[in-house]
Amino acid sequence: MKNGTTNILLAGVGGQGVLLASEILTEVAKSAGMDAKKSEVHGMSQRGGVVTSHVRFGEEVFSPLIPDGEVDALLALEIAEGLRWMHEISKGGKVVVNDQKIIPTIVYSGGGFSYPESPEKRIMEKNPDAMIVKAFDIASELGNVRLVNTIMLGALSQSLDIDEKVWLDVIERMAPKGTGELNKKAFGRGRSYSA
Amino acid sequence: MEMLLSGNEALARGFFEFGGEFASAYPGTPSTEILETIGRHFKDTVYAEWAINEKVALENAVGASYGGARSIAVMKHVGLNVAADPLMTLSYTGVNAGLVIVSADDPSLHSSQNEQDNRCYGKFASIPVLEPSDSQEAKDFVRYGFEISEQFDTPVLLRLTTRISHSKCIVSIGEREEADNHGFERNIEKYVMVPAHGIKRHAEVIKRLEKLKEYAEKTPLNQIIWNDKKVGVISGSIAYQHTRDAFPDASILKLGMGYPLPINKIREFASQVERLFVVEELEPFYEEHIKAAGIEVEGKKYFSNYLELNVTRVRNGFIEAGVVEGEKTDIEGKEKVVPRPPVLCPGCPHRGIVYAMKKSGVYTTGDIGCYTLGALAPLSQIDSCLCMGASIGNAFGIEKAGKTDKRAVAFLGDSTFLHSGITPLATAVYNKSSITVVIADNRITAMTGGQDHPATSKTLMGEDTSAVDLPELCRAVGVRSVREVDPYDVDESIKAIKEELEKDEVSVIITNRPCMLFPSKITDKPYRIDTEVCIACGNCFKVGCPAITGSGETDDKGNSIPVISEVLCTGCSICAQVCPVDAIKKTN
Repeated sequence: MKNGTTNILLAGVGGQGVLLASEILTEVAKSAGMDAKKSEVHGMSQRGGVVTSHVRFGEEVFSPLIPDGEVDALLALEIAEGLRWMHEISKGGKVVVNDQKIIPTIVYSGGGFSYPESPEKRIMEKNPDAMIVKAFDIASELGNVRLVNTIMLGALSQSLDIDEKVWLDVIERMAPKGTGELNKKAFGRGRSYSA
Repeated sequence: MEMLLSGNEALARGFFEFGGEFASAYPGTPSTEILETIGRHFKDTVYAEWAINEKVALENAVGASYGGARSIAVMKHVGLNVAADPLMTLSYTGVNAGLVIVSADDPSLHSSQNEQDNRCYGKFASIPVLEPSDSQEAKDFVRYGFEISEQFDTPVLLRLTTRISHSKCIVSIGEREEADNHGFERNIEKYVMVPAHGIKRHAEVIKRLEKLKEYAEKTPLNQIIWNDKKVGVISGSIAYQHTRDAFPDASILKLGMGYPLPINKIREFASQVERLFVVEELEPFYEEHIKAAGIEVEGKKYFSNYLELNVTRVRNGFIEAGVVEGEKTDIEGKEKVVPRPPVLCPGCPHRGIVYAMKKSGVYTTGDIGCYTLGALAPLSQIDSCLCMGASIGNAFGIEKAGKTDKRAVAFLGDSTFLHSGITPLATAVYNKSSITVVIADNRITAMTGGQDHPATSKTLMGEDTSAVDLPELCRAVGVRSVREVDPYDVDESIKAIKEELEKDEVSVIITNRPCMLFPSKITDKPYRIDTEVCIACGNCFKVGCPAITGSGETDDKGNSIPVISEVLCTGCSICAQVCPVDAIKKTN
């Protein structure tokens, strides 16, 4: 929270809804009356690659990119992607990670790559206060695995001082057609989640 | 009203608000969404189109400007190389109505083959360059662009970068203001660039540049933010935003107009600060101009000309220069996590034909598009990728060089073939080549997110139109052997490649399956692996399909037993065709 700007890094794998989640978060910050910027690179990352989005908000935001090591909250929709960005967390920064594993094909096609061992344990070692969310299980329970990103936003919202009504209004407005109620419910599950 | 808009969306909005009437582009990351936004939101008011390439886009926009309409031509940085021919002489003819050329540069090569700095084109063509630093400016600078263009009779280069194009910021929204359209007026000395006219127009260009220098001194595009006078920083574009965060105490001369520079203003600014720096991404463009004017300044010594800058890199530069206190940020404890390289989508029709080329034992000269992903493991089959259309000339040259152990097959997509593949194909036929060209016709410009082109029978505005007939086009330039192949049939594809390579003439193979994602998602019943039959040979992993992963189970030798994600699988059957024991079957 240097200079009053809050820095949130969203991470995941192409197709998980990282970009929509960051879009919603940025709109929420704007609706709460703050200056807000978000930055990501689309293009190659759409094809199953690593996806990250930087969201910054506060009184006046300049660079759309978070300075190295100054992430106030990391929201990871996949657990190895959470591990990948742990070094960017600032002192006292929050970590909210979906426990889902998405193993890339490269692990099996003979290049000598392997998926990280016990990523949850390694995240907890680095940040004992990290919140590991069973978002995929909750989404399956709610009947749609695409709800993972909204559940995770709910979990993140626990550590941001923004009125719940602002969140729900933006989700209602930005959720894909016909899924407003379901997404609000998913958000609620994340907001009340405790590990 | 205020909205969160990307730089691209804001620029499109600016085109609409400030009386734009004509927009043309060829898609290219990071610029694509500009024309998509215009086509989607403003097509009832303005005209917007996809052109076959950037040269045509610019020539069309030039015509529209001559014809009286405020116009823009939009492209990625390397697109301006294609459009450089009209650009250099357009500088001589000048414009009628305002003409803005948008170049979206890509520092850090997020989705490009190089990271060239297109501000250099401003100097090269003696035309002004505007450099917005956020979405609001991306919108507002369209107005400045049109006004400068009309006032000084010049095209204006508006330079974005990926970070401006794809970052969202809060933008205030206004109403459209119409511009006067006086139509075309004959002016042979101005518009007909034969030597006798060009020689006079060049003199005008030199005078115009002097006037633009005077304008640069006064325009609010260039502004000083006074702070502590120990350090002054000259910056523009996104580097300006990073500088505000990295060094809040510095005084800043922000350049919204990157060429020509306001040298007197810079000299005055320099005289008021103790130490002067330039912070700019890529080339030392401002720095060299400022040094050439005899002003002492430091820049690339501390702020690299390699890759994008960010707050940390800028701050580290100032720490190294000794003007910001503290330790350089050097993050430790980075975890080595498995890479996730981009891959061809499940069901992508390129997979089968790339696999067939691999099995045919050929070199593949590649091109610009999704299929370049065939260069990555496990397919690893693309041997060159230079620029749009280069695959054909490259294969031809390898053939003529005559010393190669394997034959080279040129491989490019439908949109790339139309953009820059027709002329090298005609050249190869004319010069009695016997190369084989594979056109992966997925009937869309896929890599940039699914844009129409002259062979898709739809315009950007969503209207039905005629379609280029690719086989007929190939025949028309003299190719006698043109063959269609189903890329989902691996054996047929291998047979086609081998047979066509045998021929002593240029041949063309055109694949006939559409993109799985655009214009709409295609899917069929997924395939499933019978684990009782599977021998864990790993062949199916080698087609590089993201729908196939390890099940977590291994056989007694420790080889992974694969599983197909029924959510991701589109039923293309390539994996089933490479399975030696027929363990992969379609589900019911």
